Amino acid sequence: MATLNLLILVSLAYVALLFIIAFVADRLAVTGRSTWLRTPLVYTLSLSVYCTAWTFYGAVGYAARSGLEYVTIYLGPTLVMVGWWWGLRKLVRIGRSQRVTSIADLISSRYGKSNLLAIGVTVLAVIGVTPYIALQLQSITLSFSIFFRDEGRSYSDTTVVLWVAAGLAVFAILFGTRNLDANERHHGVVTAIALEAVVKLVALLAVGIFVVWGMSGGIAGTMARIDASPIGQWQVDGGRWAAITFLAAAAFVCLPRVFQVMIVENDDERHLRTAAWAFPLYLLLISLFVVPIAAVGLDVLPPGSNPDLFVLTVPLSQGKDGLAMLTFLGGFSSAMSMVIVAAMALSTMVSNQIVMPIWLNARGGGASVSGDVRHIVLLSRRIAIAVIMALGYFYFELSGGGTALASIGLISFAGVAQILPALVGGLFWRGATRAGALAGLSVGFALWTYTMLLPGIGGGVITDALMQNGPFGIGWLRPHALFGIEGMDPTVHAVMWSMSLNATVFCLVSMAGFPGPLERLQGAQFVNVFDHSAGPRGWTGSVAQSEDLMIMSQRIMGAREAVDFFRREAASQGGRGHLPEPTPLFLDRLERELAGSVGAATAHAMIGQIVGGSSVSVEDLLAVANESAQLMEYSSQLEAKSAELSRTARQLRDANAKLTQISLQKDAFLSQISHELRTPMTSIRAFSEILRDTEGLAIEERNRCASIIHDETLRLTRLLNDLLDLSVLENGQVNLNLSRGNLGDVLDRALSTALTGVERPLSVRRRGSAEAVTINTDLDRLAQVFINLIANAQKYCDAERPELTVSVHDLNGKVAVDFIDNGSGIPKEVQAVVFEKFFRISGEKAGGAGLGLAICREIMHRLGGEVAYLGGHSGSAFRVSLLAESEVAAR
Amino acid sequence: MGRQVLLIEDEPNITEAIRFLLTRDGWQVATHADGGNAVDVIRAIRPDLVILDVMLPGKSGIDIVRDLREIEQLRALPVLMLTARGQLRDREMAERAGVTRFMTKPFSNAEVLAAVRDLNAQASGG
Repeated sequence: MATLNLLILVSLAYVALLFIIAFVADRLAVTGRSTWLRTPLVYTLSLSVYCTAWTFYGAVGYAARSGLEYVTIYLGPTLVMVGWWWGLRKLVRIGRSQRVTSIADLISSRYGKSNLLAIGVTVLAVIGVTPYIALQLQSITLSFSIFFRDEGRSYSDTTVVLWVAAGLAVFAILFGTRNLDANERHHGVVTAIALEAVVKLVALLAVGIFVVWGMSGGIAGTMARIDASPIGQWQVDGGRWAAITFLAAAAFVCLPRVFQVMIVENDDERHLRTAAWAFPLYLLLISLFVVPIAAVGLDVLPPGSNPDLFVLTVPLSQGKDGLAMLTFLGGFSSAMSMVIVAAMALSTMVSNQIVMPIWLNARGGGASVSGDVRHIVLLSRRIAIAVIMALGYFYFELSGGGTALASIGLISFAGVAQILPALVGGLFWRGATRAGALAGLSVGFALWTYTMLLPGIGGGVITDALMQNGPFGIGWLRPHALFGIEGMDPTVHAVMWSMSLNATVFCLVSMAGFPGPLERLQGAQFVNVFDHSAGPRGWTGSVAQSEDLMIMSQRIMGAREAVDFFRREAASQGGRGHLPEPTPLFLDRLERELAGSVGAATAHAMIGQIVGGSSVSVEDLLAVANESAQLMEYSSQLEAKSAELSRTARQLRDANAKLTQISLQKDAFLSQISHELRTPMTSIRAFSEILRDTEGLAIEERNRCASIIHDETLRLTRLLNDLLDLSVLENGQVNLNLSRGNLGDVLDRALSTALTGVERPLSVRRRGSAEAVTINTDLDRLAQVFINLIANAQKYCDAERPELTVSVHDLNGKVAVDFIDNGSGIPKEVQAVVFEKFFRISGEKAGGAGLGLAICREIMHRLGGEVAYLGGHSGSAFRVSLLAESEVAAR
Repeated sequence: MGRQVLLIEDEPNITEAIRFLLTRDGWQVATHADGGNAVDVIRAIRPDLVILDVMLPGKSGIDIVRDLREIEQLRALPVLMLTARGQLRDREMAERAGVTRFMTKPFSNAEVLAAVRDLNAQASGG
């Protein structure tokens, strides 16, 4: 009883200690006094997040079951650290230059910021890591259960797991989402993990030393015990060794939690160099006593004891409660650090790659990070952590908690390893495409699910029948014997198929397609990251660069302003001359100054190019492109505006010219009317005054005066009538009175009207047969036109025996009526203007105002026909044409 | 002093009215209706006064005055211009061309008589 209570007390105290350490480290990091935290040692220790409860408890169990095979779990990361540290360095460099926040972010960045890919990787990671989290829950539960049983108390697996899961979730939320850091760094967590790494190492070494020197009497005794145990006789299976070593190596690179501490939390890529030897050393130390503990456990504990718990049960069996408690803390540390970092990393992926894009889209753009967004991010991460923990819990419940720790771990490893082809391909092969990555991932994920994950969950999803006979009885689709390859170890089988097909599909699809522009840009950035980026952060530069900066600034700000600015800056630095030292402070100010002219992104990229202190990232380039696009947009808008203005100006000019012309026409018209009115009025006035003023006027003279006045009055009336008629016709207010009639009848009427009572005779020649045409028009108006033309001929024909020929003929479906006289005709030069108002052939004084033909033209226009002067005749020749059965639109 | 007036006007009724008026006032009135040869007619008749319409067939009254003023002997010949266009512009143009007096139709008979007498007196006096 006392032990259990003490254990709980110690555990709580330990958690509190971790909390305080994390809190203090965060504080120091904020105030910038955390240099002692940013050491290669802390970095190396934090990498031990790789070593989970599986390593802590499971390795011994693994050794007890499968001999030295457990070494592969350590061998993989060791090979990566020693043999591939340059690849890791590349990852770290990319992570920094691209501000990568997770492995999903890295993959999506590489393949043209593909959201789909990010979601795919995130989902894969969540599903892949879920069994792993279940594994941690199981290990903590198991270790608790030992103490419970030791106390002889009733014990419920489910309850404990639930509490442990909830506790860890709260812990992860408190630790991992306390605040939001732009670079996704968590100094507090990393420091706490480093401490936990020490605790687990010390605990395992302590048990190991106790077993070797306390129980077996030294190294020789231990060796003897090992030889005596079954471990000595285990055969090494080459295939499994290779497969699991590869899996461990792949997982080490791809596991979200390792990626988090190794890439995202990395402060200085030089730390990697230390870690390259220090971390393998850590692995060596932590694995040193695995075999002795397993051998002694198998030896001293009753058969059937769970070898996964030898680390705890061996000291307990020897009555070393204190040591067992330390071991418990070690295991607890392992589980806790894994769960916290994994939950943190996964929640970052979920919130950044899934929740935020959806949320921002739903809000319709507006990607500015306001307090509101911050709140959403934190909330989504907290929920994500809770959900991930719940998934782990349910997986534990589903799998029954019975499976050995090691095999659950391998399922997880194989899951996240599916990311490897896309990751490595993206790092070293510029031809890798988004489609390839997506296809490879999908294929690998599907195969892994089918051959490993579902069989691992056991009963329900994949039935025994399916395992035996394949789906629908198709033998070659059996999960553990795909394509007829039988007798292979299930793990090796799954790894071989999923990884090889994943990589093959990835390569084939990549080669078949062609990367998009953003992918190619990002591909170059990733593959050649060392050419593009420099190590240190921030701006640095030399005085020589100051001159370049000056030249550039002069172009942007203007020569005088730039010189003034540089001189001011130089003076504020306490120097002489006009060139300041390119200190970060100065460069920041210059950037702000330039940003006012060319935009922030362009300014940043320009200074970056000259100073070279920071790479010009794709985001920078895109931002520059955006700014340019905006400028071009503005300029094209201006251009459009200016074109519109000049168009409007032209329209105004045209309208003005038209108005001027109309005004001139109006003036001329008024002047003409005035003249036409004044002339008869002059006669009327003169003769009426004569009548009034002259005494003794002879009767003949008086009659003469009166008749002139009468004539001139008629002339005035005629003129006014014509003017009104023309005005009505021109304004379109005329009412047409359509009716059917015979053309010949209309001509008869017109001739008799025009020629009745005239002094000078005009002989008319007609051909009656052709005139028998039915027309549908305003017959009175048509007659008016005819009368006008006949009267003109009667008045103006200058032949000795005036003669008018009226001929009717068909003209392409129209009726043409020609009026041709035998006079001298109208001079060619005025033929074009005979229809204009007030036109009169000079010298003619027949009392007309020159409106008759204008009226004829308007009438024919209204009737849908026309009247024209016919050239080519010796006399005057007019043609009236109209539709035979015309449907005159009442206009 | 001479009492001969040449009336150049293409509107027959107006011609008749003025002729009646002036004849009764004791003037000798010659008439002509065409602008084209008006200058020749003036030169041939050598009237003491010319009454000239503006809108004439052949040549406008304005042009006729211009031509008259080019001829040495006719430079001082008084010209009374009658016009149906009473706009300021027409009056200015007429005065620039050398018209002695300008009168807008329709005029009163008394006005015409007064103008003729006045112009004749001026020409005699000057």
